[in-house]
Amino acid sequence: MNIMNLISALPGAVAQGLVWGIMAIGVYITFRILDIADLTVDGTLCTGGAVCIMLMQSGQNVWVSMALALIAGMLAGMATGLLHTFMGIPAILAGILTQLGLYSVNLKIMGKANQAINVDKFDLLVSLRFIKGVPFYKNTILLVTLMIVFLIVFLYWFFGTELGCSLRATGCNDKMARAQGINTDFNRVLGLMISNGLVALAGALLSQYQGFADINMGRGAIVIGLAAVIIGEAIFGKVFRNFGFRLLGVAFGSIIYYFVLQIVIWLGIDTDLLKLLSAVVVAVFLAIPTWKSRYFSKPAHKEGV
Amino acid sequence: MLEIRNISKTFNPGTVNEKRALKNVSLTLEDGDFVTVIGGNGAGKSTMLNAIAGVWPVDAGHILIDGEDVTRLPEYKRAAFLGRVFQDPMNGTAATMGIEENLALALRRGQSRTLRAGIKNQEREVYKRLLATLGLGLEERLTSKVGLLSGGQRQALTLLMATLKKPKLLLLDEHTAALDPKTAAKVLETTEMIVNRDKLTTLMITHNMKDAIVHGNRLIMMMDGNIILDIRGEEKKNLTVEDLLHKFEEVSGEEFASDKAILG
Repeated sequence: MNIMNLISALPGAVAQGLVWGIMAIGVYITFRILDIADLTVDGTLCTGGAVCIMLMQSGQNVWVSMALALIAGMLAGMATGLLHTFMGIPAILAGILTQLGLYSVNLKIMGKANQAINVDKFDLLVSLRFIKGVPFYKNTILLVTLMIVFLIVFLYWFFGTELGCSLRATGCNDKMARAQGINTDFNRVLGLMISNGLVALAGALLSQYQGFADINMGRGAIVIGLAAVIIGEAIFGKVFRNFGFRLLGVAFGSIIYYFVLQIVIWLGIDTDLLKLLSAVVVAVFLAIPTWKSRYFSKPAHKEGV
Repeated sequence: MLEIRNISKTFNPGTVNEKRALKNVSLTLEDGDFVTVIGGNGAGKSTMLNAIAGVWPVDAGHILIDGEDVTRLPEYKRAAFLGRVFQDPMNGTAATMGIEENLALALRRGQSRTLRAGIKNQEREVYKRLLATLGLGLEERLTSKVGLLSGGQRQALTLLMATLKKPKLLLLDEHTAALDPKTAAKVLETTEMIVNRDKLTTLMITHNMKDAIVHGNRLIMMMDGNIILDIRGEEKKNLTVEDLLHKFEEVSGEEFASDKAILG
């Protein structure tokens, strides 16, 4: 248990945490703003990676590939949105259906379960090789940080517009939203599209970073996304009240998640158990609001029945 | 202003829970009418309001607002014509959004939501002035989250939101029923103030016979999915609770069952 091993692993954890931070911001939009737990993302993450890798292999520019990955993710979000609103399927089930369908779609995009991309042959934007010993403008940590800042500024602007406000109202109280003339179905679809677009973008970055896209790369992504959202809120919720800072908190939450993950790996825990560990941690954090109100709230009238 | 022609609605048709909530109901409201609606539980009062608001489609009949047939318009499009306040104070506002944000949403009722700023600076002055008319001190708390307000405050705010953009028809669905008597009286007073000020055509459901008699220029009573009484003009002005009970027994052939409606 050499502490240097841990320290040398940390920059990688930061980079990965940042990439997953984009994904977590996408999850925040559905989970916190629309009040939907959208399971589509487990499939969308791979879709983003698959589209990006296959396009780059065919000689496309990295930015074009990532833009198309984002659009592919938005289409997946639209599928879930239409299943939910137009076909009246509960949101969770709609997400599961799209996710299952995406498994086939992703296989067809890639042609097989795994597609690698060589960092030496292709002009990748991010890579685990671009963390140390590269000019600063190629540094993955810097580039992804800039992307996150840009994204947060964009989302901050968007959720302050008339359309963005109506989307927040839809998630908060759809009865009120409709009474105020807001098309709640349209807004739900739009929110799912934005969210899944971001998740696919994260998938595109992740597959470049790790040098391959894999059919299973999105398994449990929703849990990691939720973990980042919850950690971010638990640690920064009191400090970050402003919407933009809340999104920043989510990105930080994702970095902290990967820090903890690195420490757990460094401690020598069986890595097969990592997903179980994540699931347990997220379950406990999700339970906290319920436990708080059930076991730790003070009764208003002690003498009452 | 509002014309309802022979609307019917049956919930859960063909099941043991089948409920014929509206049976061929027709009603015409003149411009500026303030109509109070009373009736026991399950009489069809709320169902009628929801039918007008378009919460779900009616089985038969037509609904016209200002001469325009809105029967097929979805709820969010009909909202352009309607101001609505619900029984549950939680329903009318977005709790996680600020007071000014809620008002800004209401100001844009009937417009398409664009990528322009969701709230403009000059709007805030208008909101402050209007909130001051409520006398609740909300004008000093523009950015407070609505979730922090009391039920009465939320209901008053919802009333303001419903009328911020002048609706062709104001629908009040027992909007004081969930409040304590003092707050209820205050919210009713505000209702009266706004309706008179803006000369709004209003349909107000209430459980309270006295309120139904005191407010408005016309009173209708519903039972079993039908309108069984329609009292207006001089007759409405001179109406007493005893008259109303008597009329009810005459029309329905049974005694009015709800103590709450008589005493409340």
